[in-house]
Amino acid sequence: MIIIKVFIILLMLGFILIPFMQLKGKGIVSFSVILVNALLSSYLAIQCLAGEKLEFILPGSYITGLIPLRIDALSAWFMLIINFVFLTGNFYGLSYMKAYKAQKNNISLHAIAMLILHASLISLCVIQNSFVFLIAWEGMALSAFILIIFEHEKTATIKAGINYLIQSHISIVFLMIAFIWIAIKKGSYDFNAITAYTIENHPMALLLFIFFLIAFAIKAGFVPFHTWLPYAHPAAPAHISGIMSGVIIKIGIFGILRMLLVVKPDFITTGYIILIISVISGLYGVMLAIIQHNLKKLLAYHSIENIGIIGIGIGTGCIGLGSNNQLLAGLGFAGALLHTLNHALFKSLLFYTAGIVYQATHDLDIEHLGGLIKKMPQTAILFLIAAIAICGIPPFNGFISEFLIYSGLYQWMQHALLFSSIAIIFTVLGLVLIGGLAMLCFTKAFSIVFLGNARKNFSHEIKEPPFIELLPLYFIALFIVMIGVFPLQFIQFLSHTVLLFTANISPSVNTLDLNIFQVLQPISFAMWGLVLLIVCLFFLRKFILSSRKDSIQPSWGCAYNAPTVKLQYTANSFVRPYRKLFRPFLLLFKIQKDTNGIFPEKAHYNTHPYDKIEQYLIDNPIKAFKSFLSRFLFLQNGKLQFYILYGIIFIVSIICIPLFYEQVIRFIEFLKQL
Amino acid sequence: MLSLILQLIAAIFFTGIIIRTKSIFSGRKGPGILQPIKDVIRLFKKSAVYSETTSFIFQIAPTVYFSSVIMAMLVIPFGQSKGIISFNGDFIFFAYVLALGKFFSIISAMDTGSSFEGMGASREALYSMFAEPAFFILMGSLALLTGHTSFQEIFSALHIGSYITYALAILATFVLLMIAMIENSRMPIDDPKTHLELTMIHEVMILDNSGFDLGLILTTGYLKFAMYGALIVNLYIGVIPYGFTIPLFFIIQFLMAFMIGTIESFMARFRMGHNAQFIFALTSVSLLIFFGALLILGKFL
Repeated sequence: MIIIKVFIILLMLGFILIPFMQLKGKGIVSFSVILVNALLSSYLAIQCLAGEKLEFILPGSYITGLIPLRIDALSAWFMLIINFVFLTGNFYGLSYMKAYKAQKNNISLHAIAMLILHASLISLCVIQNSFVFLIAWEGMALSAFILIIFEHEKTATIKAGINYLIQSHISIVFLMIAFIWIAIKKGSYDFNAITAYTIENHPMALLLFIFFLIAFAIKAGFVPFHTWLPYAHPAAPAHISGIMSGVIIKIGIFGILRMLLVVKPDFITTGYIILIISVISGLYGVMLAIIQHNLKKLLAYHSIENIGIIGIGIGTGCIGLGSNNQLLAGLGFAGALLHTLNHALFKSLLFYTAGIVYQATHDLDIEHLGGLIKKMPQTAILFLIAAIAICGIPPFNGFISEFLIYSGLYQWMQHALLFSSIAIIFTVLGLVLIGGLAMLCFTKAFSIVFLGNARKNFSHEIKEPPFIELLPLYFIALFIVMIGVFPLQFIQFLSHTVLLFTANISPSVNTLDLNIFQVLQPISFAMWGLVLLIVCLFFLRKFILSSRKDSIQPSWGCAYNAPTVKLQYTANSFVRPYRKLFRPFLLLFKIQKDTNGIFPEKAHYNTHPYDKIEQYLIDNPIKAFKSFLSRFLFLQNGKLQFYILYGIIFIVSIICIPLFYEQVIRFIEFLKQL
Repeated sequence: MLSLILQLIAAIFFTGIIIRTKSIFSGRKGPGILQPIKDVIRLFKKSAVYSETTSFIFQIAPTVYFSSVIMAMLVIPFGQSKGIISFNGDFIFFAYVLALGKFFSIISAMDTGSSFEGMGASREALYSMFAEPAFFILMGSLALLTGHTSFQEIFSALHIGSYITYALAILATFVLLMIAMIENSRMPIDDPKTHLELTMIHEVMILDNSGFDLGLILTTGYLKFAMYGALIVNLYIGVIPYGFTIPLFFIIQFLMAFMIGTIESFMARFRMGHNAQFIFALTSVSLLIFFGALLILGKFL
């Protein structure tokens, strides 16, 4: 209880102090408040991760009723992820924001919004009162909005921010409908009331869950609810993009997992629904990621892809629950939960390195970059580690979670009937294609940004940032490697979280059968072997070559000896064969001007990728709605007389309707009798 | 251990046999079977020329590529005897560790900043992506058929008895062979002997490699052939005693090398634009195997 009070008091102290501090002070206060709050909440979380369940009941008010705060292993896992990402993100942000030191007030607002965001995310994990949950949800949405529009003088940023704000509120509408439904039926805001309701009315559970699923899917960025995501991520400053991709969209995943525990819908149907939208999200996300030329937008689409992979884990887990298969449920949920952490790690690392690239070059269009590895080798290596991890390639962490999901799927196959076998094989197909496409995308991103020659001459000097800015990045990279090399140790932290889910089928089992994860032991040996082999061979090669004299020559140009940097492969040409094959799924606007004639003018070629789902689902309905509304434009004709007339009509009807009240009632009664 | 040794021995001869077959079909005597190994040894002794555009990525990539294939070879069993690393789901590790090597070979090609090598890298990334689903579905159907999820258990539980299993075995061999051709950049996907950079895939990616690094890359190619050959052999040997399987291993490897040589002597490479469709069609062949497996298990009810 004291911990919660200290948490809130510190937050308030932060609000008061930040506006009055010097620039440096603002950063320090914001970081230290988050640090202390993170330590406090992690202290509680670590206890719960070991299997304890904590419950605090706050008195609340007349409106909200009692506010139960319950921390279990699921909340604990997400709280730890949130704290980790916030600490590294905020530390990185301290150096990142130095570029904007002139905008003092803006930075104050930014720092305060950061505190609110952290507090609301942590509280979303623990609050189990739907009314207060919605308040915290709104707090998160608004503070994230403020953080996104930091560079609000740019039109694109404001547009992205508002797009985000509207879609967040659509998500809140769905949440509200579901919560009000329960409040009406049960008269309580406590989450336990939801469980009580769905046990009594089991058929309604699925519908209720679908409302929650849509609400949380908008936040998590599942296709087709993803359209806000590729705008919001590039618009925000790099550390905010990292935090958004690392934790804000993960709170959607948390919501889905929490509601699975609370609502307990029909697990098999739910599992298939989640599985289908996840495979589509994964494929669609990566398919669009490949054709993006803006580095941060590319990463944003990859978030959709990874949410898809997490979803595949959740879906298989659910089906495991539904078919009383503890092994399948355990592997599915463990894969999903571990991938949540993994994605938070490598995606924040990717966004931070993208931020460093942006600050060094002031350009995020990858067609303008190139050859950065020679000027910023440390950033390049960090990006490379994260890129390999996100493709799910050993020896890093992405492989471990994808492996768990794969083994879940192959385990399931042993017991599957015809329909589910086909579902499995298409999920495997999806997952493999996602992996392959991710590799295409990240070889492109890494090699165009960091390798080759610079494609554009920048007037300013490009250099590596100071070590202090890279420190949090190294810290994240360390975790990426550690999870890859010691997977079994990390999976043990997850055992109680997974148990929460598997308790649905065998409540008597209170220790997770770690045998299913024993397979990770040989994997970790294999990982060590791989790393050892590479290192040994590397030194052997170095030793052999140390006595030889290498010569340095230009790249092979097929006997053409005046190459320019324009002859290099570009991002666009790298993905051209892909783009041609996948044309039915993609939407590309092309502006092309060829050379012709004897004295040709300057030619140019420009492609602009767009999202087909966004066009059909968002743009076209809005266009139709606008054209429908424009029919009523005659009402708004700018003539004062008409407006007075509207006023008179309104007043008259207000006065007259009560006069005819009796008649109206009688008329309605008459209608009812018909 | 046995499997690794056999693969290493097969790797020594494999490429030599291909080259010899091709030269005999074209009416030449051709080099000795050990010529590829002699080439590699010569390369290992040479010093290298590096492009001025390249960074350290270019220098570590061949090492990583080589190590990844060695790791993948360790997973492959030989009939009853396990690979050095064996666990449930090891074929996932197999495919993904090969992807590590591919990742590095692609970025190392892009590191030279040359338009030719970019071309090869782009194709390699696309084609290897398309080849993977076929492998995963094939292994998935074998896992379904046998009820196991590790290479060794799958292969030792695989009994070829009824007519459908014959069909499946032939299809599986076809898929594995085609995957081996794609991974090794041979006909009909890629022509290693073409003279035009514009039409190469793998060869164009290593244009700038020389000396020790080129030796490593060539060795990796030989190893990869033997590795896929061993996979195909495993489809057939099951529980047969070693006295028969070890000669059988070499016979099948020899046949495979001979077949590749024959194909390359009498066939032209596909048009580059059709490659992707062809590779993805392999996935549908794998799906056929999958449905065959369902049929055998009697799940179509």
